Amino acid sequence: MIDIEQVRKVANLARLDLTTEEETQFTTQLNSILDYVEQLSGLDTADVQPTTRAIEVSNITRRDRLETFSDREAIFKNAPDQEGDYFKVPKILDNNG
Amino acid sequence: MTAAAPAKTQYEAVIGLETHCQLSTETKIFSASSTVFGADPNTHIDPVVMGMPGVLPVLNQQVLEYAVKAGLALNCEIAPYSKFDRKQYFYPDLPKNYQISQFDLPIAEHGSLEIELVDKKTKAVTRKRIGITRLHMEEDAGKLVHGGSTLSGSTYSLVDFNRAGVPLIEIVSEPDLRSGQEAAEYAQELRRIVRYLGVSDGNMQEGSLRCDVNISVRPVGREQFGTKVEIKNMNSFSAIQKAIEYEIERQIAAVEAGEPIYQETRLWEEGNQRTISMRLKEGSSDYRYFPEPDLPPIEVSVEQREAWRAALPELPAQKRHRYETDMGLSAYDARVLADDRTIAEYFDATVGVGADPKLAANWITQDIAAYLNNEKLTIDQIGLKPEMLAEMVQLISKSTINNKVGKEMLPELLTQGGSPAAIVEAQGLSQISDPEQIAAIIDEVLAANPDELAKYRAGKKKLQGFFVGQIMKLTNGRVDPKLTNQLLLPKLNAEP
Repeated sequence: MIDIEQVRKVANLARLDLTTEEETQFTTQLNSILDYVEQLSGLDTADVQPTTRAIEVSNITRRDRLETFSDREAIFKNAPDQEGDYFKVPKILDNNG
Repeated sequence: MTAAAPAKTQYEAVIGLETHCQLSTETKIFSASSTVFGADPNTHIDPVVMGMPGVLPVLNQQVLEYAVKAGLALNCEIAPYSKFDRKQYFYPDLPKNYQISQFDLPIAEHGSLEIELVDKKTKAVTRKRIGITRLHMEEDAGKLVHGGSTLSGSTYSLVDFNRAGVPLIEIVSEPDLRSGQEAAEYAQELRRIVRYLGVSDGNMQEGSLRCDVNISVRPVGREQFGTKVEIKNMNSFSAIQKAIEYEIERQIAAVEAGEPIYQETRLWEEGNQRTISMRLKEGSSDYRYFPEPDLPPIEVSVEQREAWRAALPELPAQKRHRYETDMGLSAYDARVLADDRTIAEYFDATVGVGADPKLAANWITQDIAAYLNNEKLTIDQIGLKPEMLAEMVQLISKSTINNKVGKEMLPELLTQGGSPAAIVEAQGLSQISDPEQIAAIIDEVLAANPDELAKYRAGKKKLQGFFVGQIMKLTNGRVDPKLTNQLLLPKLNAEP
């Protein structure tokens, strides 16, 4: 079970601005999702390795070979603002840990 | 009877380091953009670095190899199964709003490295093992450039993402360090190791090696740790040492005064030689880690791991031990030689072709080192090759020439190289060791300086040095110095 305080905390961490109605609504919805997933707890997983991947594949790597991306301007076009060669963002005080 | 004054409380510091080390790959950890330092802003970016929708990161295989090699060099266990995770936080230098890092299954864990501490006064060396908690791979973030003329006056920031996605290894030590000196030595040994391995340039000024310090103090004997403070912003080894020494004093003073120590991040101010509070830490941060779905796990087979282990060079600590134990060098010489891999390999090559280790070490750590320093050269850039130095050292060992002649030959050898034996032959520099020949030279010098001789015999014994100097001058320094002194004294002291 998660309560409304946990929903507020997660919303804050994800920088989501929720209305009071949404907080209640998401608490109900999240609990219903968690209840559904909770069915898995009925299984005996004592001999099962934790899953870290959806498909059986590992060690996909690339060679250390330089390939300069040719369309830098396309990336700048996706940014809200720029100044010269820099991306421009509102000044943010460092508040992460 | 007066009561004994209460014993002053002794404190000890408990210190751990988190070191970020930039790997010397050509391209980024998950994409093919360049990692070169100092390029124009935002020229090394691409859709993967910037987290554009639909892109797929792919691990640079060189990053994995470098990380495993660093882990092996730090005596770590290499994880047979490892994965990447997303560490989520919001800051404008992080284009995706998460950093791809490793959380619960790092590539390497449970290692150690050995540091050597030299007592400043006695020069005595003590060794200490520092535990390595873990080593993991992750991507670097971009850099913020603050707009406006002053930091506080600016209303916006400018971002350069060239550094975003540059491969890092983060190495976390156990809280085994107890002083600024130990921490600085740990950081230096770490840099020696990554440089020996060739996995990083370890350049602190360019940020290739960044150390964050965690530090607390507690009364000696207490198990429980004090409140931990993090210090950042040291960009030299001496800054690490000084920041820690400052912080230890600050924390002890606070405890003694009954003031609280806050769990916080403090910045080292190099100009003011102090730490200042940057921000308080409220509990542990909630990064909401989860497995990175776009990157499949990494499995390192035993064969692969052992192949990489076999490719490791002899490491600095191994070299120091060998130089001291097998070659009988002083701890000091061993440290100086092993500090830099090219110097150590030059020394090894010199000894390998038959030079006396102690003599070779002296030449390398003194005259050659001074030359390299003055000329801003590395040892592989000079004319004097290891076999030439070995030849010269052997000429000295066999008393064909003396040390002084060796020093005179050195400038030419350093710039142009050549065969020391051939130079000795061509310029007639070989040592004069025939007692009769030396005696004749002494007689000549005594006869040419009657006044000084009289003064000497009248008691001014210091003039012996004058006569030695005259003999050296006359022979261009070629006489055997020991034999010369042996023969000179009786002649000086002889009754006129």
